[in-house]
Amino acid sequence: MSATTRQPPKAGRPRSVASPAQRGTKARVAAGIGGRYVLLLVVLAVTVGPFAWQVSTSLKGLGENIFAFPPQLVPDEPTLRNYARVAEAIPLWRYLGNSTIVATAVTLTNCLFGAMAGYALARMRFRGRNALFAAMIATLIIPFEVIMISVFLVTRGLGLINTLAGAMLPLAISVLSIFIMRQAFLALPREVEEAARVDGAGEWQTFWRIGLPSVRGSLAVVAIFSFMFAWDDFLWPLIVLRDPQNFTLTVGLVFLENQFSADQRLVAAGTVISIIPVLALFVFLQRQFFRGVGQAAVKG
Amino acid sequence: MIGRRWYVPWLFLLPSLLVLGVFYWWPIANTGVLSMTDAHAIRGGSFTGLDNFVRLAGDPFFRNALKNSAVFTIGVVPLLVILPLLLAVLVNAKLPGMSFFRTVFFSPVVASMVVAALLWGWMLRSDGLFNWVLIRLQILNEPVGWLTDPALALISVMFVTVWKGLGYYMIIYLAGLQNVPEELHEAATVDGAGAFRRLWSITVPLLRPTMVLVATLAAISAIKVFTEVFVLTGGGPRRSSQTLVPYIYERGIVGLEMGYASAMSIVLFALVLVFTVLAGRLTRKRAQA
Repeated sequence: MSATTRQPPKAGRPRSVASPAQRGTKARVAAGIGGRYVLLLVVLAVTVGPFAWQVSTSLKGLGENIFAFPPQLVPDEPTLRNYARVAEAIPLWRYLGNSTIVATAVTLTNCLFGAMAGYALARMRFRGRNALFAAMIATLIIPFEVIMISVFLVTRGLGLINTLAGAMLPLAISVLSIFIMRQAFLALPREVEEAARVDGAGEWQTFWRIGLPSVRGSLAVVAIFSFMFAWDDFLWPLIVLRDPQNFTLTVGLVFLENQFSADQRLVAAGTVISIIPVLALFVFLQRQFFRGVGQAAVKG
Repeated sequence: MIGRRWYVPWLFLLPSLLVLGVFYWWPIANTGVLSMTDAHAIRGGSFTGLDNFVRLAGDPFFRNALKNSAVFTIGVVPLLVILPLLLAVLVNAKLPGMSFFRTVFFSPVVASMVVAALLWGWMLRSDGLFNWVLIRLQILNEPVGWLTDPALALISVMFVTVWKGLGYYMIIYLAGLQNVPEELHEAATVDGAGAFRRLWSITVPLLRPTMVLVATLAAISAIKVFTEVFVLTGGGPRRSSQTLVPYIYERGIVGLEMGYASAMSIVLFALVLVFTVLAGRLTRKRAQA
């Protein structure tokens, strides 16, 4: 995106002298600010509205009409009973556990395997390196949706259908993770590692003790995105997990919706529970999220 | 560089290569092969050349899915190029509360598409909140079956896709906006240019590379849309909102017609490739200019 960085010439206009035109401008600026906030509040309502409505529905008791006209955002007698009921209707805690296992495993493998591969590609010279890297980049544009039939066949061949390992393995490493880690290692000065090697540290020790700690920022980006991707993934777990006992949260929620569409309070409670972990993660790690979007977008 | 044994780099690469090989590169090759066979369920299938592709051309459900995917992409991409840009400009001011708005606008990105679809599925029922609000605002006279009317189902799905994507592309634009010098805006304001004039004459030309990027990302993710279709409408009513990937899923995963579904996957890949190449062209042209 180097094209955007060119600096246009500065306007050489004295700004200290207030002219009538500028006073008019001030009034316009004030009106502009007001208009800006009005627009922002409208977008805010459209963004938050559906979440708020879901929370409200989940808190309404069985005695309260959820189709009341006009709709009531604040429940008459708020109750947490739906949250207990949804766990009786479907194995919600199990789904939460399955999603946690899959997403955590995917996060760890993307960080570790991605860092190892990225380190080798950035720091070691070996025959076939450029060809290998080119192959990775060339296939980067092929999305999962294109190859899902064959991924399903491979997974079936390995006997991993209906297992969490099957849900996790195809996501265990992504080319994007390798790419981000390679860039991170390329940006590091070599001297520190070479000093360590002269001191007699082995390849692995140098990578583990010197390399990894220096790329913590990029590791965080890979970790957040792998976790979020695995946690939110729907199509692959839908394909690979057949037995309702083994569902992850996203597949489980859709299962809940299909089974209990007549009882929206339950669906709402399940949905709210499923948002909380990622939302908490986001609130704590906002800056990495925003940084990560920039990185992923430029490379994806 | 200190000498090392030849296999050391490969040991570092081994876990990644294993996973990529088994679950990425092999399936890529296999998709190409399968697309030219009549592989079905457990049977391996035999070579049939381009038969599957000929069959595709005459499959009304495939043509319907292709048409819906085209409508979906053409409808969603301009909205996802323009609306997030306006949003980014709105929150890019040095005014109180802007980082709050930015954070809240990003929150649908963090929620999964399944959650977004469930939230809106509840809102968009004919007896849902959305109809009530529109009637209240006197935009509608009577409730509309957003998800049950064949003429509206696909549009409703598109609406949810845009809602979910706004925050993501807004952040990309915000990164781009940091490169637009403030002095230009100040000078233009002093010269009497209004907000829209400044947006059109200063921001848009400087952000064009970012807009191409956003258009590409949005187009690629639109052509492979699955989750929101599957959850909101299941592709219905009467296949009116069924796009490509849900149809591939129906034939390949549910119907186990691996060969036929792989041929569809190849078509999907060709479309992704077109968008990628197009984006490359657009970017390169600009760089030369």
